[in-house]
Amino acid sequence: MSIVLRDVYRAFGTNQVLRGLDLEVQDGETLSVIGFSGAGKSVVLKHMVGLIRPDSGDVVVDGKNVNELDVEELNALRRDVGYVFQFAALFDSMSIAENVAMGLRRVPGTYEEEIVSRVRECLALVELEGIEDQYPSELSGGMVKRAGLARAIATRPKYLLYDEPTTGLDPVTVTVIDRLIVRMKEELGVTGIVVTHDIESAYRISDRIAMLHDGRIRICGTVDEIRGSDDPLLRSFLEGRPELAKRAS
Amino acid sequence: MPTSVLTPVEYIGRWSINSVRSLGKAGYLTTGALRALRNVEIWGPRLVSQMVSVGVASVPIALFIAVFTGIVLALQASYTLTGAVPMYLVGAMVGKSMILELGPVLTGLALAGRVGASTAAEVGTMRVTEQIDALETLAYDPLAYLVVPRVLAGVFMFPVVIVLASAIGILTGWSASLTLLDMSSAEFVRGLRLFFQPWDVGFAVIKSLSFGLIVTSVGSFYGFHAKGGAGGVGVATTRAVVVSSMLILVLDAFWAVVLL
Repeated sequence: MSIVLRDVYRAFGTNQVLRGLDLEVQDGETLSVIGFSGAGKSVVLKHMVGLIRPDSGDVVVDGKNVNELDVEELNALRRDVGYVFQFAALFDSMSIAENVAMGLRRVPGTYEEEIVSRVRECLALVELEGIEDQYPSELSGGMVKRAGLARAIATRPKYLLYDEPTTGLDPVTVTVIDRLIVRMKEELGVTGIVVTHDIESAYRISDRIAMLHDGRIRICGTVDEIRGSDDPLLRSFLEGRPELAKRAS
Repeated sequence: MPTSVLTPVEYIGRWSINSVRSLGKAGYLTTGALRALRNVEIWGPRLVSQMVSVGVASVPIALFIAVFTGIVLALQASYTLTGAVPMYLVGAMVGKSMILELGPVLTGLALAGRVGASTAAEVGTMRVTEQIDALETLAYDPLAYLVVPRVLAGVFMFPVVIVLASAIGILTGWSASLTLLDMSSAEFVRGLRLFFQPWDVGFAVIKSLSFGLIVTSVGSFYGFHAKGGAGGVGVATTRAVVVSSMLILVLDAFWAVVLL
């Protein structure tokens, strides 16, 4: 098992977001986490890279318990985990090339020529050749997302965490991003965890889909199992029918 | 009574809890920043650009303030002393006031606005746009990357800017004495030298160091804990300027008590 969350609890003030969450992600699969707004999907993702620590429970990534790692060990783990932020979180004072190079500069023994060539390679992979010297503010929403993905894959991570990778994009750009996520899995062999509201996108890119509700995984299964599920809350989410959610609760 | 209206006891209670919480966060940030000092490979390459941003870019505003302060000091000293004591004491008043008090404090307050605000706004914007989280995921210690170079730049550059501003203030006070007060250069310099002690400069440098430390640390602290988008960054920036300005005045009194 490449990523395991076991009985994870996390509260923010009086808001108990995670209530004994259990989740397992297999090596090489792409798992989408869906759920209503405010369910805590991004919180789950941030636990996997140590940006948020659980109040209790275990978060095990690549066989290492994230809570027990010291700073050096956590940094070493983070080189194996790429994180694509919802709004890309590119450093706005840096060019795209400098953004993509940031993670590489933290890999010991990496020379400048290697960094330059790897930056070009990553930008080519996300079809953004020739924009090395541009700044994030000069790019469209879709390009910014792809640049964020290029930065995340620069260190050749084993795991890629995507936080709402297609939110706010037009349908064509959504398809482009979806194809990139599939390529990351097929060409680079990465394990992907995708937090999304976009169920059509989740169907296209996922091996399995998990629904987060009330601080726990309510249902988890393959795309076909999710499509065929008669869980009223899941159906409410998939079909956009609030009356089903009310009935379920 | 509406529930939203806090009773004085509730208000004091909340204020106390928030104060203790802020102190805890400040302590956490301070120890983290001290630990981050060992990551020279992260903060080292950013130090020079921060020194330029904090120091060199602050020179125009510091000199602008110093020029007018020097002129006003000379004129007010002359107004106060005329007929009472020898006029060469104008030089003494300009020199002592610029070096010990007005140079450091006025420049410090101006830099609290310029440097404190820009630090809080930059770091705060990075916080609310998840750029600080991004730094962490890329294996950077955000304190080493953002806070340490800014604080070191403040500690190194505030004394430089303040000493320069004080010198310019004295020079313009001198010029004003020659051109507007009918004093001779010899008279002004006599007064200037009469009460000058090298320790005065040391005192000003110590004050400036502490101002640089406070302004950049407070700006970083509020920026680091900004939340809630543009409004949150605005609040952080305002607080950074207000708190660092207040702390400059407190430190000014503290150093006067301790060192003079």
